[in-house]
Amino acid sequence: MTENNTTDQLDYHKQKKKEEMKQQVITFVLMIVFTIIAFAMVQSDLDALFVIPIILVLAAIQVGFQLYYFMHMSHKGHELPALMFYGGVFTAFLCIIALAVLVWW
Amino acid sequence: MSDHDILNPKEMPHDPEKATLEGKNKFIGFWFFLGGETVLFASLFGTYLALRNSTNNGPSSEDLFGLGLVFIMTMLLLTSSLTSVYAMYHMKNNDFKKMQVWLGITVALGLAFLGCEIYEFYHYIHGYEFTFRSSAFGSAFYTLVGFHGGHVVFGLLWFIALMIRNAKRGLNLYNAPKYYIASLYWHFIDVVWVFIFTVVYLMGVL
Repeated sequence: MTENNTTDQLDYHKQKKKEEMKQQVITFVLMIVFTIIAFAMVQSDLDALFVIPIILVLAAIQVGFQLYYFMHMSHKGHELPALMFYGGVFTAFLCIIALAVLVWW
Repeated sequence: MSDHDILNPKEMPHDPEKATLEGKNKFIGFWFFLGGETVLFASLFGTYLALRNSTNNGPSSEDLFGLGLVFIMTMLLLTSSLTSVYAMYHMKNNDFKKMQVWLGITVALGLAFLGCEIYEFYHYIHGYEFTFRSSAFGSAFYTLVGFHGGHVVFGLLWFIALMIRNAKRGLNLYNAPKYYIASLYWHFIDVVWVFIFTVVYLMGVL
């Protein structure tokens, strides 16, 4: 009985990992598509002020995919890593704003 | 049970990288380090953004950057990120050989990326005489992109060292966290590259 239970559990976990791997491949395809869109927009004759915000948003989405799917931040038990990483991101934001203001004021 | 038996259980737990206290500590500590790395790269990005138009009559970003090579480099690094995800998938299924093979592919892609970057810098230095000392733009560019390249070198050496050191050991609860953390580092390198190709190269030719 217990023997059966553990094999069932193993199968269940194996299936779960397989599904996750599938999600990660889909994520990868989306990231490739976003990259191609960003490069294509820059090559086109669109206005720079229109293109820049869009490619920055595309980059942010790609990084989100990378963090949540490839680096497993969507899994349980990532509260502390998220706190530390977003703490770093917040400081990074302040840092870029400060340097930009210093130069362009 | 001796230490050896504890680290080599008959059945691997579902998260081998976090099954031991040492593994848990490495996992938390490494994310802390990545938070710090984010700030480090932000300071370099901020400097680059501030100085990117200070070309000192030398070549500007429009003169230098070719998007073809950057596109190839992006694809190489993005694919190597996926192959290291495959390696971690096989780690969780306790398939050591397949994990090593996928890590080998990751290293090969990383080396190809590095080759492109060296070619790029060589081309700028010898084709355009654009060096670290040419202008404030040059210093900021080589510092930011070179620092990222340095991270790639370190990540490659890390993977190679792990693969050689554990080749005959196989996977256990002692080295699973090491592999997991090296792959996190590799993903972080790709995270930084996404912003480099967007902010430096794409915005540089607009």
